[in-house]
Amino acid sequence: MTTPTDIGAELPLQQAETVVIRFAGDSGDGMQLTGNQFTTTSALAGNDLATLPDYPAEIRAPIGTRAGVSGFQLAFSSTDIHTPGDAPDVLVAMNPAALAVNYKQIKPGGLILANTGNFGKNDLKKAELETNPLEDGTLDGYRVIAIDINARVQEALKDSGLSKKDAERCKNLYTLGLMYWLYSRDLKPTEDWLQKKFGEKAPELAAANILALRSGFNAGDIHQLFQGRFEVPKCEDLPAGTYRNIMGNPAIALGLITGAELAGLELVCGSYPITPATTILETLAAHKHYRVTTLQMEDEIAAVCAAIGASFAGKLGCTSTSGPGMALKTEAMGLALMTELPLVVVNVQRGGPSTGLPTKTEQADLNQAIYGRNGEAPIPVLACATVSDAFECAIEACRIAVEYMTPVILLTDGYIANGAEPWKLPNIDELPKIKQKFAVAKEGEEFLPYSRDEKGARPWAKPGTPGLAHRIGGLEKAHLTGSVCYDSENHEFMVHARAEKVAGIRDSIKTPEVHGPAKGDLLVLGWGSTYGAITESCEALRRKGKEVSQMHLRHLFPLPHGLAEIFANFKQVLVPEINLGQLARILRAEYPGVEFLSHGRVLGLPLSAHELAGKIEGLLEN
Amino acid sequence: MSETLTKKDFKSNQDVRWCPGCGDYAILNVVQGVCAELGVHKDNVAFVSGIGCSSRFPYYMDTYGFHTIHGRAPAVATGLAAANPDISTWIVTGDGDALSIGGNHLAHLLRRNVNVNLMLFNNEIYGLTKGQYSPTSPVTTRTKTSPMGSIDRPFNPLSFALGCNSTFVARTIDTNLKHMARILKAAAAHKGASFVEIYQNCVIFNDGCFGEMSDKKIRDDRSVDLIPGEKMVYGNDGEKGLRWEGGAIVRCSAADAAVWDPTGSAAAAFAMSTLDHDPEMPNPLGIFHVVDAVVYDEAVNRQLDEAVAKKGRGTLKDLIYAGECWDVK
Repeated sequence: MTTPTDIGAELPLQQAETVVIRFAGDSGDGMQLTGNQFTTTSALAGNDLATLPDYPAEIRAPIGTRAGVSGFQLAFSSTDIHTPGDAPDVLVAMNPAALAVNYKQIKPGGLILANTGNFGKNDLKKAELETNPLEDGTLDGYRVIAIDINARVQEALKDSGLSKKDAERCKNLYTLGLMYWLYSRDLKPTEDWLQKKFGEKAPELAAANILALRSGFNAGDIHQLFQGRFEVPKCEDLPAGTYRNIMGNPAIALGLITGAELAGLELVCGSYPITPATTILETLAAHKHYRVTTLQMEDEIAAVCAAIGASFAGKLGCTSTSGPGMALKTEAMGLALMTELPLVVVNVQRGGPSTGLPTKTEQADLNQAIYGRNGEAPIPVLACATVSDAFECAIEACRIAVEYMTPVILLTDGYIANGAEPWKLPNIDELPKIKQKFAVAKEGEEFLPYSRDEKGARPWAKPGTPGLAHRIGGLEKAHLTGSVCYDSENHEFMVHARAEKVAGIRDSIKTPEVHGPAKGDLLVLGWGSTYGAITESCEALRRKGKEVSQMHLRHLFPLPHGLAEIFANFKQVLVPEINLGQLARILRAEYPGVEFLSHGRVLGLPLSAHELAGKIEGLLEN
Repeated sequence: MSETLTKKDFKSNQDVRWCPGCGDYAILNVVQGVCAELGVHKDNVAFVSGIGCSSRFPYYMDTYGFHTIHGRAPAVATGLAAANPDISTWIVTGDGDALSIGGNHLAHLLRRNVNVNLMLFNNEIYGLTKGQYSPTSPVTTRTKTSPMGSIDRPFNPLSFALGCNSTFVARTIDTNLKHMARILKAAAAHKGASFVEIYQNCVIFNDGCFGEMSDKKIRDDRSVDLIPGEKMVYGNDGEKGLRWEGGAIVRCSAADAAVWDPTGSAAAAFAMSTLDHDPEMPNPLGIFHVVDAVVYDEAVNRQLDEAVAKKGRGTLKDLIYAGECWDVK
């Protein structure tokens, strides 16, 4: 077995601040795994990072076609970064389709590593290419390294005992090894991971994969493929603390578990698998020793209903889904609102409408979240800005649900769900407390299930509590007693009571901070996962001496106090969103004197920081 | 709880608002009596319903109650049972609620074997929306939405339940209070999902739909009570019987009648369930099928206990500071 050597050391080692790599191949090529390994290794090397997995909705689209291309983009940096980058420095293309789909986005002069083992006539045909882009001048202006990775893996693994087919499956690790060499990365984290994954069950696979990784690493030097190596030093801008690498959906799951623990409740998640939300359910299912119950129900409606049933029983019900699932849960969310039971609904937004773009990101479910129910049906809505913020937002959603006895909608999206970043771990003792207590019978006092506390919340009396037997349901309730009541005055009173309770949540939330000057020509106001692109563009412009301010909303309904005063300090407010201006329209209705401009793109992708910076610059010049 | 409760203790303070003469009154009355006899305290009982006339039921029980949304009571009850298996959970539903809009949830509740007692009030009509044909209405039923007669083939609720791998399947009728009480007590005693179809007369929109089964003069001749371990005997003078011939049920004299065993394969119960609209055969009531199987809500909680026993009760520190962590100084 060849072992990693340091003989590449004589090649020039250049320092790079930020590098963006995109791994692209067929959906069976293991590109997500390759990207995730590079991510973990870079996190452990102390880089700041951001990732963007981009994969097709089909598990195995026809091999070699453009539809089947799976990509994973990763930015790693020695400085604080906020997005996975607009234009990659490096493209790894495992086949012609991957090259064709991706090469135009590569930086001019960028590096393209192509696996010529998959560039036969038939491969080109499947990728709808008439000529070979490696030879026909398409890639003029890029640095191209064309090598037959298939052949090299077979050569490296010829004594491994693996069949040719199995050996070929190791080509992603060979490729990863090459990239590790190029960016001077440590092989150990991936080797440890392979040992853990295969070591016990299939030691020969662990050995072969490790050999492929090391062979790729060594090839970087031996074959003189590259003119030099790079090093991205660790990021010194990260605040001190303990970190781990995490993706958005697991961060939501951990936040929900934590929220329930902080409230002294057990969590019950009723859910139904749906892209891109499923890993929330999967993560929760792996935490049964926190007494987390996961019920994989028969459909989206049953999922939310089971969560509501669990909340009625005195646990904290939650459900995870995406847009189409939200549509199905609508009626049940109205029931949770009417019965005033706590419920957390997580919507991992994807491209819509209908089935839309299941694996792509979008922010177009905001209107649905705020308005999408029959009747006067206010439900608090929050959105997470980043992967780490997803954890905090999940706790906040639990807090609001429990303290106000209300369903809460937490919006995240496919970009946050599958993106990874270093997460600065919170101090356990500093996590917010959630106030919760169940009702108990009071001697000589009638139990009033629809009485309200100072926050407007009704008492939570769980079945099994002596003396508190009562009935709830979707019919309008009489104030205090909760009996079915069709009286018109009572109905109006209750509509107001529910609305005021939800509006009152703003008394418990902070006004968001303005970054940049407190007064000026332009405030860029975002929500959700556009935080990274907005921050990056505003910071870049400020470095160029432009005056632009930024603010980000976590609470979208009700909106926090103090926004009108902030808006008054700016001539214009630009609202970038991955939709056609849904928040902008809401704000125009809410703050009629303010000029809100919309910047909406719906490409199924995160906003481009570069494009946004151009937009902002244009506005500042006018 | 040492105090003994009576039927009255299970009556809520709400005025009952079904149509005068509705079969639901009889069912409510029997259920309140059965609950008192079960020895479960009313604070440990929950009634969950969907939408429809029958689904108003929880308001009239002085227990915990949840009047949910159309068709979804089985899903809500599944969450409730999983969250607290100690609650005696009852589902009240109708033919439209359970078999049209909620058919999917009903199927899954039954195959999961959630520990609930489900009463399906079958009146073969939509009552609360004023008389449209339901998924159990016979073909040719004329209503405002089927002026030329309905063309949809109906569900047989018991065949449906048996097809869903139910562990307890029974049928009773609103006009035979003693029978109903016996069946409901057996349902409550069964661990797992107990499915009870109750023939219920809708006095306004489908009056007399189970007339043969209710009319004291002919009901003994038109129905047979399936009692576990007893001969399948019926007739005004108990002179008729049923026995098996090959896989089929045939009529015979009382002396030749076979003993009914609901604990075997579901095939016998299924064959019995198909006699419901056969003019030549008595329509069976009673207990069709009872078998033991893993109870869903118990299994859900057992997994939690096992996970805690194996890994120890998780702490926030373990949860958050997990995997590969590194320090930035």
